[in-house]
Amino acid sequence: MDLHIVWFVLWGVLWAVYFMLDGFVLGAGMLHRVLGKSDLDRRVVINSFGPVWDGNEVWLITAGGATFAAFPTTYALMFSYLYTPLLLLLFALIVRGVSFEFRSKEEGATWRGCWDWAIVLSSFVPALLFGVAFGNIFAGLPMDQAGYHGSLIALLNPYGIVSGLLFVMLFLEHGALYVAVKTTGDLSRRAESLARTLWVPLLVVAVAFLGYTNFATKLYDNYLKAPVFLVVPLVAVAALVGVRLLLGAGNTLAAFASSCVAILGVVGTGVIGLFPNLIPSSMDALSSLTIYNSSSSEYTLQIMTGVAFTFVPVVILYKIWVYRVFRGTVTAEAVAADHEAY
Amino acid sequence: MDVLTLSRLQFAITSMFHFIFVPLTLGLSVLVAMMETRYVMTGNEMYKRMTKFWGKLFLINFALGVVTGITMEFQFGMNWAEYSRYVGDIFGAPLAIEATVAFFMESVFIGVWAFGWDKVGKRFHAVSIWLVALATNLSGLWILLANGWMQHPVGYVLRNGRAEMVDFMALITNPFGLLKFGHQIVSGYTVAGFFVMGISAYHLLKARNREFFKASFGMAAVFALAASIMVGVIGDFHAADVAKTQPAKFAAMEAVWNSCNNAPMHLIAFPDEKNECNLVTALPVPGLLSFLAFHDTNAQIRGITSFPKDERPPVLPVFLSFRLMVGLGTLFILLSAAALFLSKNGLLEKYPLFLKLLVLCIPLPYIANQLGWIVSEVGRQPWIVYGIMKTSDAVSKSLELSQVIGSLLGFTLLYGLLGFVDIYLLAKFARKGPEETHVGASNAFRN
Repeated sequence: MDLHIVWFVLWGVLWAVYFMLDGFVLGAGMLHRVLGKSDLDRRVVINSFGPVWDGNEVWLITAGGATFAAFPTTYALMFSYLYTPLLLLLFALIVRGVSFEFRSKEEGATWRGCWDWAIVLSSFVPALLFGVAFGNIFAGLPMDQAGYHGSLIALLNPYGIVSGLLFVMLFLEHGALYVAVKTTGDLSRRAESLARTLWVPLLVVAVAFLGYTNFATKLYDNYLKAPVFLVVPLVAVAALVGVRLLLGAGNTLAAFASSCVAILGVVGTGVIGLFPNLIPSSMDALSSLTIYNSSSSEYTLQIMTGVAFTFVPVVILYKIWVYRVFRGTVTAEAVAADHEAY
Repeated sequence: MDVLTLSRLQFAITSMFHFIFVPLTLGLSVLVAMMETRYVMTGNEMYKRMTKFWGKLFLINFALGVVTGITMEFQFGMNWAEYSRYVGDIFGAPLAIEATVAFFMESVFIGVWAFGWDKVGKRFHAVSIWLVALATNLSGLWILLANGWMQHPVGYVLRNGRAEMVDFMALITNPFGLLKFGHQIVSGYTVAGFFVMGISAYHLLKARNREFFKASFGMAAVFALAASIMVGVIGDFHAADVAKTQPAKFAAMEAVWNSCNNAPMHLIAFPDEKNECNLVTALPVPGLLSFLAFHDTNAQIRGITSFPKDERPPVLPVFLSFRLMVGLGTLFILLSAAALFLSKNGLLEKYPLFLKLLVLCIPLPYIANQLGWIVSEVGRQPWIVYGIMKTSDAVSKSLELSQVIGSLLGFTLLYGLLGFVDIYLLAKFARKGPEETHVGASNAFRN
């Protein structure tokens, strides 16, 4: 078994699961001011993901850690080349985490209003930046043996922006569906109706992204070589259409599940197209960072494989358990009565 | 100022800021878990109120510890790409394992604990805070094994232009990392012990919720005394290990300039870096330093001048931080012993001055923790990985000065603001008694 491939798959899975899980927190965070007409409604939205957001964010830390351990050269170059966008991402994630904790610890309208805007902004920025970053990675970064020749402005190329918009739209839809599922009454209805409205621009951006990808990247080459993998983008598109059909049928829970599949599918589509690159070079193919030229030693990969296959299943089991513990809806009455709520 | 200097400054600021919150998390998680266990065992509602009151402060503190931790993981790649590339094969593993075995557990069960009072059974609720405490301490273990490797690299070979792991067991049984872990964990418990004693003392001075805060104080005093004694004991072993593995750091810690046998410990000394000697030395205890380092009064201690100039750490900050840390550590043992004695004999409220002193002492264990890290990290210079890689070779090549200036300014402003708000909220909820901590929730309908 080629452990490089095992770790490439794990790497892709970690990112995909992270986007699926934090995607709805980012989406709900962007929307909580719009959806929550009253202070209590906003708190209901925040508390709907309150017990799980931190655990979801750990998938990102694990994706970063796995990149470091399995592909240290990619970790080193990706993080130093994308210094400024990663810095903005860090600032946003820091602000988001403390905003949830701080927001309802004071009563003043100004205090809460400030933290509400902080939540909106610190949810929007990561969604956009992840999209821009991955779009640029799909297209390849301008690097050669001499180093990196890009800049923050250069990352904001049309394809990067389309990709950023796609992530924002995916997460908005995902977040709206999550709020629709997890809350009740008017709040849930508003979220459901917003999900229907947002679906149209989401589809437009998704189609634009898929089409543009053909011109801006080499992602589709792998699919020409091994058409069997086309099932992944097809599932992604089907799941995206499924979201709207299931919403139409009034089944928000199934629509949310479909949205989960759509996110996994979109990330999977990109990752499969990258193989065997982790970060292609747009300047010179020999300077691309691949799962072979940027990986750890065989011994380290063996150790890390042992660790991953022992502990990740345990993690998945208790994560499923925790979602079961907090299943059901979060109501305004419950939040108002709970002294421990956000 | 160049990219290297600013990157070092940024790493120092972000890690020291991160470390304002981590020690309390390490200790208070265990203390709160003990409180909740008492509640489950006795059914006494006071312990439930204790769990909730101290738990609220725990959560406010926890939030900032978590979010500032992400910065640490990202920075290795962002600012120290050459380091990450060179040692990632062996250094990346403990970080990835930390996330997999510790961060997931911590983040999932903190959610269960904070939001699950009515969702899971009483016993399981207590189990979940124990899992948080376990995970927090486990994350300390892995990150200190990683740091221990930078201090005393083991289990690797230099191959393919980098350090590659060849012995995972050596990495996870590295005595340097394990001693550091032991020393750090109990230092965190000391912070928590003094935090709870100090806040309890504040309320006892105001004669509010006396039973509640006497009981809190009593638990914290036992905890603080046990922890601060352990800090000293493990610290002693740790220093002896440093004398063997990092002689240059040890020489700086004790300001020993010239190698000598039967080295005395000067109770008073002050180093003069320029002239490579001590300005003052007084009150020598013959042979003590040799004895502490090697358990043999005749053992040789290497002096700083025996190292090439470009392999010496800065002496003054390491020396002063070490002295001050040891002094504070001794003070913590005395204070917590006195606190335990007074608490056991019901005499606390007879000595308001002592209570006031304990309120003022809340910051001291925090300071001692920071000083310890200054000894550890400044004392390792000029190496980033002791004996293998210099800090100056580790910085990212692609960085431009403007990027690092921007990030340093950004971190300083953001951390300054958030730190201010966090401490404001901690102080606010610490001042309120256990009955009044329910702000927000119960007032929601009023707004």
